[in-house]
This record gives sequence, structure tokens and C-alpha cells, in this order.
Amino acid sequence: MNEAAHHKDPTGDRFGMWLFLFTELLLFGGLFILYSVYLARYPEEFVRGGEELNLVFGTVNTVILLTSSLAVAMSVTALQRGKIRLTLWLLASTIASALIFLVNKYFEWSAKIHHGIYPNSPELTARSSGENLFFGLYYLTTGLHGLHVLLGGALLTWVFFLVRKGKVNPDDFVTLENAGLYWHLVDLVWIFVFPLYYLIL
Amino acid sequence: MAEAFDASAPDYRGFWVNTSGRSGLYSWLFTTDHKRIGLLYLYAIVGFFLVGVLLGLLLRLELIAPGLTIVSAQTYNAIFTLHGVIMVFLFIIPGIPAAFGNLILPIQLGARDVAFPRLNLFSWYLYMTGAVLALTSLFTAGGAPDTGWTFYVPFSTQTTTNVSLAVFAVFIIGFSSILTGMNFVTTVHRMRAKGLSWGRLPLFIWALYSTAWVQILATPILAITLVLILSERLIGTGLFDPARGGDPIMYQHLFWIYSHPAVYIMILPAMGVISDIIPVFSRKPAFGYKAIAVSSIAIAGAGSLVWGHHMYTSGMSDMAVLVFSFLTFVVAIPSAIKVFNWITTLYQGSIALDPPMLYALSFILLFTIGGLTGLILGAAGTDVHVHDTHFVVGHFHYVMFGGTGFAFFGAMHYWLPMIYGRMYNKKVATAAWGIIFIGFNVLYLSMKIVGMQGMPRRYYDYLPKFQGLNVIATVGSWILAIGLILMFVNLFRGLFKGEKVGVNPWGGASLEWTVPSPPPPENFDEDPVVTHGPYDFKGAGVL
Repeated sequence: MNEAAHHKDPTGDRFGMWLFLFTELLLFGGLFILYSVYLARYPEEFVRGGEELNLVFGTVNTVILLTSSLAVAMSVTALQRGKIRLTLWLLASTIASALIFLVNKYFEWSAKIHHGIYPNSPELTARSSGENLFFGLYYLTTGLHGLHVLLGGALLTWVFFLVRKGKVNPDDFVTLENAGLYWHLVDLVWIFVFPLYYLIL
Repeated sequence: MAEAFDASAPDYRGFWVNTSGRSGLYSWLFTTDHKRIGLLYLYAIVGFFLVGVLLGLLLRLELIAPGLTIVSAQTYNAIFTLHGVIMVFLFIIPGIPAAFGNLILPIQLGARDVAFPRLNLFSWYLYMTGAVLALTSLFTAGGAPDTGWTFYVPFSTQTTTNVSLAVFAVFIIGFSSILTGMNFVTTVHRMRAKGLSWGRLPLFIWALYSTAWVQILATPILAITLVLILSERLIGTGLFDPARGGDPIMYQHLFWIYSHPAVYIMILPAMGVISDIIPVFSRKPAFGYKAIAVSSIAIAGAGSLVWGHHMYTSGMSDMAVLVFSFLTFVVAIPSAIKVFNWITTLYQGSIALDPPMLYALSFILLFTIGGLTGLILGAAGTDVHVHDTHFVVGHFHYVMFGGTGFAFFGAMHYWLPMIYGRMYNKKVATAAWGIIFIGFNVLYLSMKIVGMQGMPRRYYDYLPKFQGLNVIATVGSWILAIGLILMFVNLFRGLFKGEKVGVNPWGGASLEWTVPSPPPPENFDEDPVVTHGPYDFKGAGVL
């Protein structure tokens, strides 16, 4: 089909992105359902599990993600106002935040694994049922979230180059907006993951 | 831009003419034209359907006599698993939305294509990748999966067969389904022609629109459930393992939160096809247009709250059983609203018994039988007695095959002449329909009766007292197969060699009947303006 005949429709593109974000929320929703059911059955073990998580890593990563979400929102406004250099800087800082988040996560996970706490480990299976479930869910949820951080970072990198080439510009910036929306979702999911796993008392 | 196409020229072939600048096969594999993508889906779906039919015939042949007849117990388990996976995930779910949704939806909306044409092609590739992986799982490590299409834990996390690959394949197909749903919802919202208000949308669009929402909102739950099976198998998280505190029933909940709404992904588009066919062949506007449109949304909504009726015997609480049973009866209301409105549309109509109409009429009968036996299963008290018997198998084949399957055949006979520009032999099509209808009922009615007598499903063996009805069912499967062969051969011959049809062979009033057959590459030379409803035959000037 002739691409020129296909009219650009930024509203339609945004609409499609929102639909996609619903599906992402539901994907994590399945894990949150399991979390809530098992929390109701094993409240004490879940608290014990939560106490073992490193609050410093969790808090730092929360601050990083929230700040990066601000940066990506600002990059959209910057592009609308024609400030290309500023847009690129803001995007670069968001991508850097994604990397720092993942590096933190790597150290956090390796510390846990080093202590023998990972799914199906002898150390963990010797413990109570509730703690097994807590850490099983912890690894799955943060793992799936980490994958989304990775994808979001890759998406923003791609948009970064599109902005540099001028394909995403002050007149046609819906691709940047959509990538930003995706990044906000990654942030939003973390806003729920953080208290459920790190702040549980 | 579209060149002016002269549809009256003798060598006119519409979108079949390759204008992409790519050579033959590539002009199909890299197309973003919704009609070509629709046909890619159609060919793949029909192919998988035939594979599924062959497997079904094998199952029936094994059951012709008690004990080992042609295959061992393990092979039988693998065959029914594969029959289920292929028919559910590769045929019924994508059948009408992906094939006919792509072929027809943009034209009915007066659009040149869907909202995201490239994403649309990507969905097809995902679907094919998933299909190839599913078939690969048969022949690689561990052998064909033997869990049934539901992948229930704990068996699915323990069996040594190739469940992981099959689960991953379904995950990918699910992603394809989500993307198609997103595409259709956006297209319906953003690309309707001028004058095509929501109240003038063909009922097929309403059905596809409701379906697309279910695809978007339910499929992600399946995705995460499948990820959980993979994590159980590969890293042993133990979330469904009672020895580690997990609860296998949570798996069933998560699975059916998707898979019951998926039943409506299967049936809603079929109802849309029937709602479009019946007014055209009754020469009368659809009775209760609004009721039919709103009932599609109602089914999509209520259908999301009834998943627990698959689990009455799983050990969940009696309170939950009561609530789910009640909600199940609630879904019957919008379904019945549709049936009554179809019948009222027929009343005092000038009925033309062309092949599409025959399929539509038999849909009403078979779907009603399937639906009413569904209520027997929806009532918790009776369900406990017939749970996991052949009665259940008979029930869902009446709804899925007698419903969606017949609607799929009806859609092929209704729309494909427009897409190909040629007509099949109507007499042969009518004969094929008759044979299919007889074979179908002989096969599945016997299953229902033998199930009511207590024959369990999913065993390759049974008590000798059940043999009589099993022999009848197997003979029915042969009659059905003959009818299917006749139908496909007739369609195939007709669509490539039949008489040419001009514009609007059936006298329809919605937009797809205003374009030449076959449609030009961009559907419309000028953006159409809609001035009348989809079943206003007088307004369209065809009555």
C-alpha cells in the first residue's frame, strides 16, 4: 500500500499506545493477584521476606525512576518548543537512568543469590512456604519489570536517534510521546512494586 | 496514490494486481494491504483447521471401539492436546477476527486500511511464528505435549513432554491477538467514513469491536499465566506447588480469567457475521439493531466475570460456586437477546435460502442447542454430575463448531465472492452444507448422549456399554469430513474459475457492497460518505 496515502493520525497513534499500556497493566495485574492472595495467606512470612530486602537499593532506584520520568516528560515539552539539543540531553539522561537502575538491580540480585536466596535454592526451600512464595514472586515481578526497563531504555535510545536525524521533530513528535508514555508505565509499575515488596510491615 | 481503476474492464482484477513493485511472493509477504493480510491469515487458518480436522478424525477412529484401536494412550493424549491447541489458538480465536476482520472491517468503515498497517503485518508474522513453534513442539525434546490445551498444573509443570515450547508458542500467538485487537479498536474509533456514526455501524463491526476489547483486556492475563508455567518448569519458583505453599487452584483461576473471555473472542465475531447475513437474505432491516449492538458489549463485559464455572469441582468455596453459577446465567440473557432479534428479523422477511443464509440459520439452531446445554453445565448442581464427560465435549463443539465454525463457513460463502470477484457453484455449496449439517449432528448429539450416560472425556478407552453411540459418532465424523471436503473443493474451484460477480452480488446495504468485486487496492477511489444505516436496503437503492 502506498504509504503517502495513509494519513498521519497522531491522536490515533496515542490511542493505540494507551490500549497497549492497558495490556501491560493487566500483565503485571496477574502477578499482583497472586501477591494479594498469598499475602492474605502468609502475612507474617511476607513481612519477614520484606525485611530481608535492601531498602537502600530500593529507595535509590525509586528516586532514579521518578526523576527519569520527569526528564522524559520534559523532553516532550522541549521538543514541542523546538529545543532539539535540550531534548537530546534529557533523553540521554533518561537512558542513563535506565542503565543505572539495571546496574543497581544486578548488584541487588547478585547479593541475594550470593546468600543462597533464589527460586528452588536449597537455602530457600528449607525455609517456610510463605517466604518461598514471597521470593518467587519477588524475582518474577522485579525480573519482568527489569525487562520492561530494558525495553523502555532501548525504545528511548531508538527515539533519541530519530530526534537527532530530525525524523521526530517539533511538528511530528508522537513517537517521542508514545515512548515517554511507555516509560511512565515502567515508572508506574515500580511505584506499586516498591511498597509491596520493600516497605511491607 | 490510487490510480483510477476501471472495474468494468474485462481483465479487471482489483487488489490482486501486484502494484507494490515487489515480485510475486514478496508482494504478499511484505504487503501492508489489509485485504492481502486477511487472505494470508485465511489461507493459514484454513490450513490449520484441516490439520485439526484430521487429528479429530483420528480421535474418533480410536474411539470406535473400546481398548486400544489404532493409537496408544500416550499418543491419544498428545493428539487431543494438539487437536485442542490447534483448533482453539490457531483456528477459532483468530478465525473470524483476523481473517474476515482484516478483509472486511476497513471496507465496512469506508477506510483505506487499518490504523496501523505495518503492525498488522507484524501480527501475522507473530501468529505464524507461534504456529510453527507449536508444531515444532511435537517433534522435538520430550515429544508432543500431553496436558490438554488448558496446561493444568501440577501435571504441566511435571510432565517430561515438550510443554515449555508449546506454552511459549501460545504466548507469542497471544501477543499477535492483542496487537490485532488494538489495531481494530483504534481503527473503529479513528477511521470511520464521514456520516458513519456509531449507530450506523454494521453489526459485524460492533461484534469485532467488542471482541477486540476482550482481546486487549483478557489476553495479557493468559500471557502472564503462561510465563508462570515457564518459570515453574525452568527455574522452579514453586508458586503453584503445594509442597512449597503454592496453590494449584490459583493457576486455574488465572487461566480461566483469560480463557473464559476467550470463549467470547471465539463466539462474538461469529454472532456479528450472522447479524450481517440474516437481514441481507431476509430483505429486511435488522430487528433490534441497538439491542444486538449493546448485547455484544454486554456479553464482553459479563463474560469476563464467569470464569469460575470451569472450576465447580476444583475445590473452591461453595460461595464462589454460587456466585459464578449466578453470573453464568446472567450471560445467557444478552445471548438470548441476539437469538430473539435474529428470529424476529426473519419474521415476515422475504427469505432467500442462499448458502450463506443456510449457514446462518443452522448457526441459530446449533448455537441455541449448545447454549442451552451450556446452562446445564452452568448450574452447579447438574454440572458436578456431567463434569469432564463427553457431554461437555458435545456442548462446546455445538457452540464452537456449530456456532463459530458454521459462521466462519457462512462468512466464506458470503464475502469471499466479493474478495475474489467470482462465484462458487451454489447448488454444490447447498449440498455440502446439508452433508455437513447432518454429519455434525450425528457426531456431536451422540457425544452428548453418551456423556450424559457417564462416559468421561480424555480417555482412549471406555466401557463396552458405550460402544453403540461411539460408533454412530465416528460415522458422523466421516459424514462431516465428506461435507467439508466438498465445501472446500467447491469454494476453491468457484473462487478461481467461477462466474464473475459484479458489484454487490447479494444486495447488501453496507459499504463493502459499494466497491467493485474484487475491491481495488485502496478500496475506494474517493472517500465515501454514508447517508443511511447498514441494513437500510431502500436507502441503499437495492430494494
